Amino acid sequence: MPAVSKGDGMRGLAVFISDIRNCKSKEAEIKRINKELANIRSKFKGDKALDGYSKKKYVCKLLFIFLLGHDIDFGHMEAVNLLSSNKYTEKQIGYLFISVLVNSNSDLIRLINNAIKNDLSSRNPTFMNLALHCIANVGSREMAEAFAAEVPRILVAGDTMDSVKQSAALCLLRLNRTSPDLVPMGEWTARVVHLLNDQHLGVVTAATSLITTLAQKNPDDFKTSVSLAVARLSRIVTSASTDLQDYTYYFVAAPWLSVKLLRLLQCYPPPEDAAIRGRLTECLETILNKAQEPPKSKKVQHSNAKNAVLFEAISLIIHHDSEPTLLVRACNQLGQFLQHRETNLRYLALESMCTLASSEFSHEAVKTHIETVINALKTERDVSVRQRAVDLLYAMCDRSNAKQIVAEMLSYLETADYSIREEIVLKVAILAEKYAVDYTWYVDTILNLIRIAGDYVSEEVWYRVIQIVINRDDVQGYAAKTVFEALQAPACHENLVKVGGYILGEFGNLIAGDPRSSPLIQFNLLHSKFHLCSVPTRALLLSAYIKFINLFPEVKGTIQEVLRSDSQLRNADVELQQRAVEYLRLSCIASTDILATVLEEMPPFPERESSILAKLKKKKGPGTVPDPEDNRKERCANINGATNHSSTTANAKASAPSFIGDLLAPVLPPINRPRPVSSLSLLPTPLTPLSLQAYAMPLSPSAGSHFQVSSPASDLLSLGSASTLNSTPPSAPKASASLLVDVFSDNSPTAPIGAPAVVVADENFSRFVCKNNGVLFENQLLQIGLKSEYRQNLGRMYVFYGNKTSTQFHNFTASVVCQDGLNSQLNVHAKPADPMVEGGAQLQQTLNIECLSDFVEAPVLNIQFRYGGILQNISVKLPVTLNKFFQPTEMGSQDFFQRWKQLGAPQQEVQKIFKAMYSMDSEVTKAKIIGFGVALLDGVDPNPSNFVGAGVIHTKTSQVGCLIRLEPNAQAQMYRLTLRTSRDTVSQRLCDLLSDQF
Amino acid sequence: MIKAILIFNNHGKPRLSKFYEHYSEDTEQQIIRETFHLVSKRDENVCNFLEGGMLIGGSDNKLIYRHYATLYFVFCVDSSESELGILDLIQVFVETLDKCFENVCELDLIFHVDKVHHILSEMVMGGMVLETNMNEIITHVDAQNKMEKSEVRAASEARVLSIIILI
Repeated sequence: MPAVSKGDGMRGLAVFISDIRNCKSKEAEIKRINKELANIRSKFKGDKALDGYSKKKYVCKLLFIFLLGHDIDFGHMEAVNLLSSNKYTEKQIGYLFISVLVNSNSDLIRLINNAIKNDLSSRNPTFMNLALHCIANVGSREMAEAFAAEVPRILVAGDTMDSVKQSAALCLLRLNRTSPDLVPMGEWTARVVHLLNDQHLGVVTAATSLITTLAQKNPDDFKTSVSLAVARLSRIVTSASTDLQDYTYYFVAAPWLSVKLLRLLQCYPPPEDAAIRGRLTECLETILNKAQEPPKSKKVQHSNAKNAVLFEAISLIIHHDSEPTLLVRACNQLGQFLQHRETNLRYLALESMCTLASSEFSHEAVKTHIETVINALKTERDVSVRQRAVDLLYAMCDRSNAKQIVAEMLSYLETADYSIREEIVLKVAILAEKYAVDYTWYVDTILNLIRIAGDYVSEEVWYRVIQIVINRDDVQGYAAKTVFEALQAPACHENLVKVGGYILGEFGNLIAGDPRSSPLIQFNLLHSKFHLCSVPTRALLLSAYIKFINLFPEVKGTIQEVLRSDSQLRNADVELQQRAVEYLRLSCIASTDILATVLEEMPPFPERESSILAKLKKKKGPGTVPDPEDNRKERCANINGATNHSSTTANAKASAPSFIGDLLAPVLPPINRPRPVSSLSLLPTPLTPLSLQAYAMPLSPSAGSHFQVSSPASDLLSLGSASTLNSTPPSAPKASASLLVDVFSDNSPTAPIGAPAVVVADENFSRFVCKNNGVLFENQLLQIGLKSEYRQNLGRMYVFYGNKTSTQFHNFTASVVCQDGLNSQLNVHAKPADPMVEGGAQLQQTLNIECLSDFVEAPVLNIQFRYGGILQNISVKLPVTLNKFFQPTEMGSQDFFQRWKQLGAPQQEVQKIFKAMYSMDSEVTKAKIIGFGVALLDGVDPNPSNFVGAGVIHTKTSQVGCLIRLEPNAQAQMYRLTLRTSRDTVSQRLCDLLSDQF
Repeated sequence: MIKAILIFNNHGKPRLSKFYEHYSEDTEQQIIRETFHLVSKRDENVCNFLEGGMLIGGSDNKLIYRHYATLYFVFCVDSSESELGILDLIQVFVETLDKCFENVCELDLIFHVDKVHHILSEMVMGGMVLETNMNEIITHVDAQNKMEKSEVRAASEARVLSIIILI
């Protein structure tokens, strides 16, 4: 018998719906609806009290109207009144209206809460369920406040009906999601875990969902769930499917619960207890075995349910990443699915394999499927599947197969869907750069990219190719030759013209010897494209022309002619006009020497994170773009997703005068944090495409700033702008020479033998953990102030010695000693200080610091001087602490918890509970956490009073990702600080440093 | 977590929409339109999953859908749900509807939208799966219907009674 007989519907409602369906036009429909709304409104407002049936009918009509997309701005009150009816039908429709139409900040919530409260205490399971549903569906804060204490009680009460328990578990889960701070953990948590043993599988399923969510946030509180979950899973997996009767779905035993249990287990590392672990492995093996058995039914539902469990088991195996045999079996299973006739399975197999590729145990096994994946790329009809294939190819790429994969991606690009082209372009560009052994291949690949999908090549991609060509001498000639050839094509993409213009402008001389690419031919070739290009490209070409004048004096006349033409000098575009005027003047009045200096080849770009990778990350969301190789090497440490990229590939690139060079370039004012701002961007010098402004300034005072306007080339430069002034390189060798002298002179003057032992002062040390500037030491003679700045694994510290007396200090020396093992972990170079400090004067000393690996101790600054004939010895601990080498990392909640989970091994976590030393002001705490160097992540921790941060410690040898969580407890005046990093020493040291700060 | 459950027909007319996260009414309508647009242009035998639209969630979300005759059943879920599991859930939902309405068709959903909501609420609650066992679900729905009927009967008896008294 059908559960709903068709005749008992409401006639008025049916008539109304039929009317609407018969409306011939949108206008007619709106008219009919407005008529009905007016009718209902007058009924609601009317004097006559409506009976329950009519209220129900009208509310149903309103629901229907709402579904059609019309606003409903009345009827809420009537619905709330229905809640307090003691008739089930009326109550039910009232709840339905509210859960569909009432949003969480309605002012009716209080009335609704009252009704819910009554129903919860009614002991009528149907009413209780309705009430719990309503709480879960609305889930507002006010509701959480009202019921967060009540719901757990219902959940664990002995006499609660099964169906109510189910609802209560999910209701609690919902409240925990929306307002976690209002759901207190308590003695109910232990009893919730035991629901995993409940007789009723529905209750177990709901409880598993609840525990999974709670365990992600408080893994320790729910550790005991692991053994129970394994036991439960084992019973399901090994049972004959008939045992579970109703929960058997198309011959698969309780698939939904199995999936949930396997998800729960993914919150934890592999169980430590050997027996439990063995039992779990057995379960996973059984699940894998079942996949090979002949299906018990031909129905697609059977295989779906079976495979849902199987895929979840494989995710768990990948998550544990500890059993090589299971991993390889999982990989083989996925390999079978790659060729399955079910599209869904192929899709999921590709997706799972992506994660599998990042495990070192199975990376090779995944690689064996490369042909299948490439084939999928070519033959799949479904773009979703092809997209997964691209992702997998990207994930499985390494040095051995890079050429093949890049070639396949390129050829796919020709026919790829427009929606995913840009992403493929970025991926190809990244792989080509990362795995380039010979850079001619890289250049070819990028030019091919531009040829095939020029419109989808973003600026970052062509900036990058230019950075690389400029930084690598060995490829410049080839690049010039290749772009020259590519430009021969009658129609080339504008991006190619940009690359070509830039490269020929810099390196055209390298191919000018060949009569087929003589200077004049090169120029004519470029200029033939000029008129087809947009303004920014033309501006770039003009810059290339002036570079030509320097490279090839023989074409000077021709180029001047072009610059002088009306279409340039009187161009409507002010940027082009200005360039033409200034370049023309420059070429006329400057001597060849000056020209050669001004138009010198661009200096190499400092290395930094590939802008393309940043772009891809932005596109896909951080964390979703694993850098394949790093992932494998340091899966847990790789908190920063792909940002490690540039350092691991640094060896493949030109070694640029990165940080030191930057600092030496122009005078850099000591910078206070915020650090995420690159020091480069603080440079006062405006940038121009051709290092020109030094010369162009006197010509036209506005030129310096003007050059930048809307010029893409200046963007390119700002990626690595520190050394654009040609005057800087000469100063660099000098400075580094003196730096070398320092190294040698460093050891001699320190701590003369027999000097009285000095106590190392460190009272101000901890004040510098979260800040970089301030007074480090002071006595009646001397004050020592510090200003410091750090970037990645390098730092620079300015030490100011203030003579507080009115007489001179003689024989002043200050040196830095790294004691014990510290000198292998930290390099500190001090420039020698002036031996004489006048009375009342201040002396500045600069220290260059490099972090080689993580460290605990601090270097000591030894100061000696004579004051009034007496030798003074002062030693101060320098506040160079590990956290100074943090780079903050922004990430979303999802990423954060995923990484948090990945760093779940016991030795990776350090926790400390300590008493507050200072007042617990959240703004101060925030400032301190930011000062500590990590990014403060808002909205990640479900409890808004907690603080969560993430960053990466950069040392020369490695990078260590770090996640921080600080939970203040204002009542107890205590803090709980939890740190997770991939390295136990780092966790410990950071915890010690930070816990002293609050 | 399930973010939203949408049912619409081949022409994009919504037949049921249930959001478990709060969106403004306009956004809800836009999401329905966008989802229809994404789903309806796909061929019949491609896979049942696709990356979510821009409005609902972005890259972490997936649309998992099935197409039955004139209706699309679409579940918008985040990465914490098993794809195949959700497919099963859709199947359970449809089979349950089929049992409750005897050969369910689009018209049943139109004229009994309240019933459909009630059946759904026996399966999914606040975005989480409450019950997957069809017999259990149907038992609950039956019990509700009985209560409804007895109330209707009681009401009509009361009416008859009042008429008798008036006479």
